[in-house]
Amino acid sequence: MVSSATNFSRSGLSDWLIQRASAVVLGLYVLVLGWVFVSSPSLEFAEWSLLFDGLSMKIGTSLALLALCAHSWIGMWTVATDYLTKSHFGRHGTSLRLSFLGFCIIVILVYLVWGFQIVWSK
Amino acid sequence: MFGFEETNPVKDDRPIYLNLFQYKWPLVAIASILHRVSGVGVFFGIGVLLFLLQASLESQSSFELVRSSFQSPGLKILIWLIVSGLIYHFVAGVKHLIMDWGFGEDLRSAHLASQATIAVATISSLLAGVWLW
Repeated sequence: MVSSATNFSRSGLSDWLIQRASAVVLGLYVLVLGWVFVSSPSLEFAEWSLLFDGLSMKIGTSLALLALCAHSWIGMWTVATDYLTKSHFGRHGTSLRLSFLGFCIIVILVYLVWGFQIVWSK
Repeated sequence: MFGFEETNPVKDDRPIYLNLFQYKWPLVAIASILHRVSGVGVFFGIGVLLFLLQASLESQSSFELVRSSFQSPGLKILIWLIVSGLIYHFVAGVKHLIMDWGFGEDLRSAHLASQATIAVATISSLLAGVWLW
C-alpha cells in the first residue's frame, strides 16, 4: 500500500469526507454573506460593524476560516499532486511540488491567524 | 519474494504524451477544470477579501475608503473576478455534492449538469457584475 505523507488526514477517504463537510460550511457562510449584500444594497458602516459584533457572526466566521484551511489544503494538494509532478516537470517535479505545498501551508496559516485576529479583535 | 515487487507499479517517471491542443475537451472536462482553476484562484483571492474585510471593519473612515476604492476599475475587476470564481466554485461544488449522492452519474445527465453549472454560474457572475457596477 502506498501511503502519502502530505495529504490532509493521511487517508483518502477521510480527506474526501472532510472536503465535503468543509464545503457545506463554506457554502452556507457564503450564502449568508451574499444574502447580507443583496438584501442591503446601500450597506453602511454601522450596520456592517454591528453584524460582525454579534457572537454568532464571530463564531460563524471562525468556523468558515477553519473549514477554509482544511478545504483549501485538500484542494491545493489534489491539484499539486496532479500537475506538479516528475512526469510534467522532469526531475525537479517533486521539489517543485513540495515547495509549492510549503508555500500553500504558509498562506493558509496566515489566513487563519489573520482572519481570527480580524474577527476577535473587534 | 514476489518478482513484481522489484518494479514500482506506479513509477512516476514514465514518459507521457501531453499536448493540451490535441486533447478532446468535452463539456464535462471543461466544467471540471474550471472547478479547479476557480478553486486555486479563489484561494489566493481570499487574501484580498480578508484585507477588504479588515479595512471595512476598522473604522467609519476606512469603511468609506474601501467603498470609494470600489470605484477604481482595476479593483472592481479584481473583486468581480474573485466573486465570479467563488460563484463558479460554489455552483460546481453543489453539482459535485448532488452527484456524490448518486444522481446524474450517466453520461447524458452529467453533460446536462455541466451545462447547467456553466449557465447558472455565468448568469450569476453577470448579475454580480451588474450589482458591482
